[in-house]
Amino acid sequence: MKRDLSAVGGGPGSAGAGVAGAGPLRPAVFVRGLRVRLERALIVDGIDLEVANGEWVTVIGPNGAGKSTALRAIGGLLPFDGTVELGGTAVERLPRRERAKTVATVTQAPVVPSAMRVFDYVLLGRTPYVPPLGRESAADLAAVDEVLEALDLERFAGRRLDTLSGGERQRVFLARALAQGARILLLDEPTSALDIGHQQEVLELVDRLRAERGLTVLATMHDLTTAGEYADRIVLLSAGRVVASGPPATVLTEENLAEHYRVRVRVIEGEHGPLVVPVRG
Amino acid sequence: MTLPRERVGTRPAGLRPIWLLAGLLAVLLALVAGLAFGSVSLPPAGVAAELLNLIPGVRLHSGLSERDIAIVTELRLPRVILGLLVGSMLALAGAAYQGVFRNPLADPHLLGVAAGAGLGVTMVIAFRSTAGEATANLPFGVPFAAFAGALIAVALTWLLGAAGGRDRSPATLILAGVAVSSFLAAAQTYVMQQHVDTLREVYSWLLGRLATAGWHDVLLILPYAAVTGAIVLSQRRELDVLTVGDEEATGLGLHPQRSRYLLIVAASLGTAAAVSVSGLIGFVGIIVPHTMRLLAGPSYRSILPLSFLFGGAFLALADLLARTAGGAAEIPIGVVTAFFGAPFFIVVLRTTRTAAP
Repeated sequence: MKRDLSAVGGGPGSAGAGVAGAGPLRPAVFVRGLRVRLERALIVDGIDLEVANGEWVTVIGPNGAGKSTALRAIGGLLPFDGTVELGGTAVERLPRRERAKTVATVTQAPVVPSAMRVFDYVLLGRTPYVPPLGRESAADLAAVDEVLEALDLERFAGRRLDTLSGGERQRVFLARALAQGARILLLDEPTSALDIGHQQEVLELVDRLRAERGLTVLATMHDLTTAGEYADRIVLLSAGRVVASGPPATVLTEENLAEHYRVRVRVIEGEHGPLVVPVRG
Repeated sequence: MTLPRERVGTRPAGLRPIWLLAGLLAVLLALVAGLAFGSVSLPPAGVAAELLNLIPGVRLHSGLSERDIAIVTELRLPRVILGLLVGSMLALAGAAYQGVFRNPLADPHLLGVAAGAGLGVTMVIAFRSTAGEATANLPFGVPFAAFAGALIAVALTWLLGAAGGRDRSPATLILAGVAVSSFLAAAQTYVMQQHVDTLREVYSWLLGRLATAGWHDVLLILPYAAVTGAIVLSQRRELDVLTVGDEEATGLGLHPQRSRYLLIVAASLGTAAAVSVSGLIGFVGIIVPHTMRLLAGPSYRSILPLSFLFGGAFLALADLLARTAGGAAEIPIGVVTAFFGAPFFIVVLRTTRTAAP
C-alpha cells in the first residue's frame, strides 16, 4: 500500500503545487504513466499529472487528444495501465463505494432520466452511502437539501429534470456530484452546452464551492480563455501525451497553440489570465 | 457529513402508502371476484368468509353449501392463485427488463423466452402424438418442456450476446434475443408443419390458458416466484440508479453489469416458470409496468412492487373474464389481456401526460 513516492511528489508540472511535495500530504490526484486503450487504439499514451489538495487543474487539447478518456480513467471508470492515486490510494484498490465517496465525476453529457425529479436525481449522489438493500437515511436527505440550497436549486426540487434549461441542468449535475460528498471533482467539459453567461456562472460556482468546501478540481475544457481564467494550472494534451503544463500564462502561448491546435491565435494579457483570440489565417 | 436539519419538505420518490393499499385491495378484489364468479355464481360475502376460514383458528359461518365450498377452495382457489402468481411474475419481469435494458418496449418475451418455451411445448405435443399414449403421463409434460425451452433459449441468447466481446451492451443482448427468437420460431414452425394433427393443441397452449390449473401448478411455480420476487424487488434502488447509464452508475459506486445479470437471470427464471404453467400470455409484462409508471411515478421503487400486485390482480381478473364471457367455451386468456389491456393502456397514456416514459 505505502510506496515511497514522496521523491516524485513535487515532480515536473507541479509548479503551483507547493503542498504536494510537503511531507506526508499526498496530492489529491497523482497520475504516472497513464495509458488507456479504447478498442485497442492507444488514446492516452503515458500521462503524468498531479493535482494538489484544493487546486484547480484544467486539461486542454484539441479534439481527440485524450482529455475525456484520461479523466474517465482517473475517475476509475475505464481500465488503464499505469498509476492513478486518489488521496494517496491507488484507484483500483478503492472499493467502488469508497471510490465514489472520494471522487465525483460530471460527465460531458450526463444522461437525463425521463420524468425524474431534481430532488431524486440529486439524491442518486448519495448512492455510495446507502447500504445494499437499504434506503436513504435522514442524513442523506439533509445532505441533498443542503446542496440544493447551496446551489440555489431549492425551488426546482420538485420539478422534472428534463424540463429544466441547460444552465439549470448543469447546476443540478453539479449538485449530484456534490451530494456524493467527494473531495475530488472531475468535470468533463462542464460548460460546453452553455452560453457565455451561464458558462461564467457555473465556473464561478465551482470556484466558490472549491474554496468553501476545500474541493480539488480537475476539469477538461475547450474554451482556452475560460480555462486559463479559472485554473491554477493548465495541462495541454496532444495525441495522448502531455506537451505542456504549468500556470496558464506559460501554457497558453501563441507558439504552443499554433503547434498543437494548428491555429493562429493572439494571446493578450488579461486580468485573470491570458485571453486567447483566434485570428483568421 | 451534514447534521440532520429542518427538512425543506421534498420527499424522495418511492412507494406511497396509498398506492400500496390500492394494490393490496386490487389483489383482494381479484381474489374474491375470481372465487365468487364463474359457471356457478356465489355470494362474494360468503366466499370472503370461506377464504378467512382457511386461516387456522378462524371459524366463520359463510352460508355456503358443502358443494359450494368445494368449488371455492378446491376448484377455483388454485386457479385464482395461479393467475395472481403468473400475472405478478410477468409484470415484475417486464418492469425489470425495461429497467435493465433502459428500453420501454422490453418485455418477458424478449431474450427468446417465448420462442424457447413455444418450441419446447410444440416438440412435446408433437412427439407425444407420434409416440402414442405411452408418453402422455411422463413427468416431462408440457410445463417442463416450456420451462426447459425458455431457459435454454435465454442461455443461448446469453452466449450469443457474449460473443460480442467483454463490453456487451444492452443492445447486443436484445439483438441476440431477436436472432435466437427467429431461429427457434422457425424450428417450431417446422415441427408444427410436420405434425399438422397437433396444431390445435399447440395453438391452445400458445394463446395461453390457466384452464388445467390445480395445486400442482401452483406448487410448481411458487418457489421460482418467491426467488424472482425477492431478487427483483431487492434491486429496485439499483434500477433507479441505472437510469443514468452504466458509466455514471459505476461512478456512483454501483456494479451495473452485476446488477443487470442478476436481474436478467431472476426475471427470466420467473418468466419461464410463468410460461411453463400458463402458456404465452402477452401484454401483461408491458402494460402493467407502464401503467404503474404513468400513475405512480417513474421510480422503480414504486413500479416494481406495484407491478407485482397489480399484475397479479390484472391477470386473475382477465382469467375471470376468459372463463365467464365466452359462455361454454373458454376464451384464451392471452386474447382477453390484449383485448382489454390495449385500450385501457391507450386511455392511461392519453390522460396522464405528466409522467410519460
